[in-house]
Amino acid sequence: MDATLKKQLEITATKVRMGVIEGVYNAKSGHPGGSLSVADVLTYLYFAKMNVDPKNPQMPERDRLVLSKGHTAPALYSVLANRGFFPVDDLKTLRHIGSKLQGHPVMNKVPGVDMSTGSLGQGISAACGMALSGKLSNEFYKVYAVLGDGEIEEGQVWEAAMFAAHYQLDNLVAVVDNNGLQIDGRISDVMSPYPIDEKFKAFGWHVISIDAHDFDAIEKAFNEAEKISGKPTVIIQRSIKGKGVSFMEDQVSWHGTAPNEEQYNQAMTELKAHLAELEK
Amino acid sequence: MEKKATRESYGEALVMLAEKRNDLVVLDADLAAATKTGIFKKAYPDRFFDCGIAEANMMGVAAGVASTGKLVFASTFAMFAAGRAYEIIRNSIGYPHLNVKIGATHAGISVGEDGATHQCNEDIALMRTIPGMTVINPADDVEAKAAVLAMADYVGPTYMRFGRLAAPIFNDKDTYKFELGKGVQLRDGDDITIVATGLMVAQALEAADALKGQSINARVINIHTIKPIDKDIIIKAAKETGKIVTVEEHSIIGGLGSAVCDVLCENYPVPVTKIGVMDTFGHSGPAAALLEEFGLCADNIANTVKKVLGK
Repeated sequence: MDATLKKQLEITATKVRMGVIEGVYNAKSGHPGGSLSVADVLTYLYFAKMNVDPKNPQMPERDRLVLSKGHTAPALYSVLANRGFFPVDDLKTLRHIGSKLQGHPVMNKVPGVDMSTGSLGQGISAACGMALSGKLSNEFYKVYAVLGDGEIEEGQVWEAAMFAAHYQLDNLVAVVDNNGLQIDGRISDVMSPYPIDEKFKAFGWHVISIDAHDFDAIEKAFNEAEKISGKPTVIIQRSIKGKGVSFMEDQVSWHGTAPNEEQYNQAMTELKAHLAELEK
Repeated sequence: MEKKATRESYGEALVMLAEKRNDLVVLDADLAAATKTGIFKKAYPDRFFDCGIAEANMMGVAAGVASTGKLVFASTFAMFAAGRAYEIIRNSIGYPHLNVKIGATHAGISVGEDGATHQCNEDIALMRTIPGMTVINPADDVEAKAAVLAMADYVGPTYMRFGRLAAPIFNDKDTYKFELGKGVQLRDGDDITIVATGLMVAQALEAADALKGQSINARVINIHTIKPIDKDIIIKAAKETGKIVTVEEHSIIGGLGSAVCDVLCENYPVPVTKIGVMDTFGHSGPAAALLEEFGLCADNIANTVKKVLGK
């Protein structure tokens, strides 16, 4: 990846993480852990990959993204706000009465949200439908679906996996955010979905495994996915839940807990310091 | 009287629809031969997609297709649409108010020999609880076809219920007009009103005609749109006839009878007697025999009316 772009993405991803913390802190609830683990890949997609126009969020030829792990809406909202779909200041209204920023994403309320999600396992099916529709009318848009590693315990995900391979949806790229944690503990202890790569391979997908927090690897993976024809691609990204905030990293307790004032201040201090370092 | 199963009408209507809507996409879950989307598949193979035995995914795929602006019908048996895929329909289709038409066939007890696992008597109840969901239950071939064509022009999630059993065609195809949300008064009468839906409308007509010979004038109303329901025609019937009997091939809990009661208890309370499946599972048997056993027939409707009237 171009060094300037990489630096820019790292800066943006840090701002995105600040938006996550800002939102969840003001909501006094929400899911910071998984939001921080997908912050990099969402930043890459919306700032360096996807054909989207913040001024025309319903543009028919746009690339689409379905946040199948809908509880990490704070990350999607923060990316969309930073990308200019709506004011960054709106992030403070997350989960408030009257706010468009519902606890889980709503396509009819939030500019840039392509599908309402939140109930796990469902977004990937909708992404399949979008990809199928694109193929049917010879459109060139791409569809991205972002899933959690705990989410793939849902049976519907594998119905969708079969469907995508059967209809050769090579315009669909799924990302599995493999941070290793779900609400009740480590995924390997609660209900192991491993081996994730072998499962998708067996379902007929092209599989790429990467480090979720390395923009070079992310770019390489999505470029590789673009070259695959006749089958969908899944990018399994090994991520750190809570990435970027020291005390949240790899801690299951930060799945669905909001920081208190002290924790908020510490998180923002860390992220601001990181941002200053990057901007030096 | 000529008969045809409304699932057959559904399949034929999809072909008629495809002639004027080139954005039509039809999905099925390995039941195309039974739901009759197979008729569409044969005519338009490029616009038909089998999702395999995976109804949850099919409903999600339908949502995704609808989000891109195309007209999509998703079909399977009522049991697996409203039942198995309930939460996907609620969250992926209902909540974002996507323009998905759910074509659910093999509704009710008249599924017959397959027995209770496949006899869905709960679908109307389930679907009408979803905010913004339109629920349609056509009574015959003419109405079913007209409803499919009309609902294609309506934008929003719609659940359409079709039957397996051949049903008498009592509507006139040349004059029939489907009006969303409008009940249809088929017989005038002042003694009592029979409000029926789907397969039971023909039975209600037969009952009313038999009662006429016994000097009982029963009004008959066909409710093809269970949601949004035609409040005016129901309140008017309550005011003018004072007593209501509802008939549906569905549980007495949550279906047409409940919807009618919802309207009346808040607007013009009158006694309502519900004929339907009485909080029980069905079982295997020939459809006609089951309908009779469960009281979903003209005889039982007529007897119930007489009982209500104390005659």
